[in-house]
Amino acid sequence: MKKIVILGGGVGGTIVANLLAKRLRPDEAEITLVDKTGKHVYQPGFVYVAFEHQRPGKLVRAERKLLKKRVKLVVGEAVKIDADGKSVHLADGTILEYDRLVVALGARLTPDELPGYKEAAHHFYSLEGAVKLRQALEDFQGGRVVVTVASVPYKCPPAPSEAACQLDYYFTRKGIRDKVDIHFLSPLSRVFPLEPVNPVVEQVFAKHNIRSTIFFNVESIDAERKTVSSIEGETIPYDLLIMVPPHRGAKVVEDSGLGDRGGWLPTDKFSLRTKAHEDIFALGDCTDVPVSKSGAAAHFQAKVIAESIVADLRGLPATAKYDGHVMCYCDAGYHKGISMSFDYEHPPVPPPLGLKDWMGKRFLNRVYWIMVPTGRV
Amino acid sequence: MAASTSQRIILDARGSFCPGPLMELIRGIRQAKVGEELEVWSGDQGSKKDIPFWIQKAGHQLLGVVEEQGYARFIVKKLK
Repeated sequence: MKKIVILGGGVGGTIVANLLAKRLRPDEAEITLVDKTGKHVYQPGFVYVAFEHQRPGKLVRAERKLLKKRVKLVVGEAVKIDADGKSVHLADGTILEYDRLVVALGARLTPDELPGYKEAAHHFYSLEGAVKLRQALEDFQGGRVVVTVASVPYKCPPAPSEAACQLDYYFTRKGIRDKVDIHFLSPLSRVFPLEPVNPVVEQVFAKHNIRSTIFFNVESIDAERKTVSSIEGETIPYDLLIMVPPHRGAKVVEDSGLGDRGGWLPTDKFSLRTKAHEDIFALGDCTDVPVSKSGAAAHFQAKVIAESIVADLRGLPATAKYDGHVMCYCDAGYHKGISMSFDYEHPPVPPPLGLKDWMGKRFLNRVYWIMVPTGRV
Repeated sequence: MAASTSQRIILDARGSFCPGPLMELIRGIRQAKVGEELEVWSGDQGSKKDIPFWIQKAGHQLLGVVEEQGYARFIVKKLK
């Protein structure tokens, strides 16, 4: 009996586990998924915790309930991947041997990497962060709000510009928009990461009086003076700072000596096998695959990995390839949204900003639990 | 003297649309030490404008752009 171990119970890991449970006979393989908390969190909902009245509890479900029965769930933390010994060591001393390993651990928020971040900055990249930001927004009576990112890469590249739009909509509803100056600092050469979509976002920014500065990569925060400075040499003041925290790859990947300098796991962008070990696959935010760090990418990658593992175990050639497909929705406020879909060969062709894509995002938020982790779509 | 290709940090961002290659370079520069050389590979036309523009703004040195079949190699030295 072959052993498959999956690290991480996020969207990617859960889909791989469920697809393998569907495709492989029980006598072919034992499937084990290891997750630190045993809870599955729907991260795209965080923005609505901060800017609307989304209840945090609605975004969390028990991982066990999302997994097919034959997938064994181990709640614990992987502390070492022994690639030569083909085993994973857990914090409680358990050792899990594998024939194929899938690393789906996501990115790690590392606010300590930027001095002053913890004291000065708010974010919506964790449930706790989003709840704190909601309170800060409720208390805010006017002044300059700066929205930016601590460093690249970070999860969900459109999220900061989406947050700037959400801030405008929030303060307009609150009736104090004229007292708030929203200043968006982009690390890149334009406000929106994807060039074809950028003109649409720039129009929204202009229409709603959102200021922007490009090529601003944060170097430091001065929490006392309330300023943020860039490696390009500019300093900008703020009254409320909303900053996507620094990210790194998974800790166990770094601790096992498998990561690059940022802790990201070097992974072939087509086969999704790690570059150093054919029997270890990786997907989603924890890899160095050059696509947006997003649930959609992990979703599509999971299918390729499940197919490849089935082929490997049956002694067939693994022909499945990830084509770089990513799909996402952005909510610009005022019941308007935009969607984009692209892959390695095809850049996004954005449809106009409108109600349809706003509804698409809201619809996905509701049907996610039944459609996505199960591997139905 | 320039470092040989084997000593450089290679960032292969081919197949990633703009600004993917620039993001890879910014990430690489942050992680590199002063004086180290990096090469970012990009097949995206937008990189030809974005990458040199950013390198100049951020105060690093563009050592060269080498055209290959279907992509370009941007060679950069971290100066500060």
